[in-house]
Amino acid sequence: MRRFSLSSLLSESLKGHRGWGRQWRDPQPKPAYDVVIVGGGGHGLATAYYLATVHGITNVAVVEKGWIGGGNTGRNTTIIRSNYLYDESAALYEHALKLWEGLSQELNYNVMFSQRGVLMLAHTLHDVQSFKRHIYANRLNGIDNEWLTKEQCKDFCPPLEIAGSLRYPVLGGALQRRAGTARHDAVAWGYARGANARGVDIIQNCAVTGIRRDAAGAAIGVETTRGFIKAGRIGVVAAGHTSTVMAMADLRMPLESYPLQALVSEPVKPVFPCVVMSNAVHAYISQSDKGELVIGAGTDQYTSYSQQGGLHITTHTLDAICELFPQFTRMRMLRSWGGIVDVTPDRSPIIGKTPVNNLFVNCGWGTGGFKATPGSGHVFAHTLATGEPHPINAPFTLDRFRTGRLIDEAAAAAVAH
Amino acid sequence: MLLIACPHCGNRPETEFRCGGQAHIARPADPAALSDAQWAEHLFVRANPRGVHAERWCHAHGCGRWFNALRDTVSDRFLETYPTGAQPTQTSDARA
Repeated sequence: MRRFSLSSLLSESLKGHRGWGRQWRDPQPKPAYDVVIVGGGGHGLATAYYLATVHGITNVAVVEKGWIGGGNTGRNTTIIRSNYLYDESAALYEHALKLWEGLSQELNYNVMFSQRGVLMLAHTLHDVQSFKRHIYANRLNGIDNEWLTKEQCKDFCPPLEIAGSLRYPVLGGALQRRAGTARHDAVAWGYARGANARGVDIIQNCAVTGIRRDAAGAAIGVETTRGFIKAGRIGVVAAGHTSTVMAMADLRMPLESYPLQALVSEPVKPVFPCVVMSNAVHAYISQSDKGELVIGAGTDQYTSYSQQGGLHITTHTLDAICELFPQFTRMRMLRSWGGIVDVTPDRSPIIGKTPVNNLFVNCGWGTGGFKATPGSGHVFAHTLATGEPHPINAPFTLDRFRTGRLIDEAAAAAVAH
Repeated sequence: MLLIACPHCGNRPETEFRCGGQAHIARPADPAALSDAQWAEHLFVRANPRGVHAERWCHAHGCGRWFNALRDTVSDRFLETYPTGAQPTQTSDARA
């Protein structure tokens, strides 16, 4: 792997950038690996990267049925924040945010992490009380979060309409200044490049069709469209398709898969300086470096694997966007798409062991997994390397649905998030 | 937006309906006899099939009645709808 540096960029620019070469190999699968990761999204690739760099386990394959980063990693609205209510969630997402802060240097790959601030708008008295509770809880956990009056919200985000005539007027907002966005594709590519350089095989266009188990019931490898691959340990990081992959090992999961949609506008000059989220009216918006407004809509009400959702879901979000930002009413939308998100009953992820020996799972990130990519990979790599969870993901077990120790961020946020 | 055939009202747009999730989950007859694992299975574990799914819908902004449906979760196409208490004529991909 050639490092990106000022001198390498200068020398390549003189040679027409023809000398960079492939950033990761396209290997044939070997017969056996120490660890096989099912799913080549951001979380799976980050897991492989940290297995190699932190734990020295490089005999690893990432098996992806399509192309890397082609699922939810390449479909989300790239919002990164860590202002979650409960201690367990705060620790997990803050772990990720701290890794984000050094990620471009760590990977020698520009993931375009931009700490432009995430402003969450409050429209009702209940919102105000709930957000202030979040702010105090966050501060106790060492996470920055502050309350802004509606005038301060307007100063921070000038396109925002704060008139009292709105149907759901802005009463204020919670601002996490260290939060922001990153370039989603670059995250997948950066982790893939880093993992590949340390010997990890990234095997694309290779669907897992079965999980082979020995007489004692332990998982010993995966059947794929390119043959059987033996594995010491298997980590399933398959997002919306986790239920179908785990069914191959006769495991039923507390998951439901829903379509989640997003859309972008035509590109315009810099107009939107931050990320604004409104859970109450369901609007999520930022501006990409290409100039497109990136807008997140909600999930459909029914489970689906169609990777598309209803138009009324996106129009509902656009209604809210137009109300909050009247200057965007004449913007044209360029593209919309859907991804399939795996949602748990308590809206917190499952990261850890399963009842099947040597089979581990990292799933249930629902509608907000992108922000956790580095932290998720880091703690899941620890789990795969040692066989036991890292202290940060220890509460996020599959078993919590039996014990009742839920991490109920759904109730904490009072909406899907 | 889906076009949904309410068994009582006929074809209506999806926005008139509320989806109630997986159908045919019977509440345990003797709740006290269940282990924690069995309760977790009842409360939280769902079939979530990639294929034909049996699910409940309520015609909330219409007749207000609950009914069941079989829908393919890959194409989102409905195979059939049938009243609560009835069984579908086709089978779902959900494993018991």
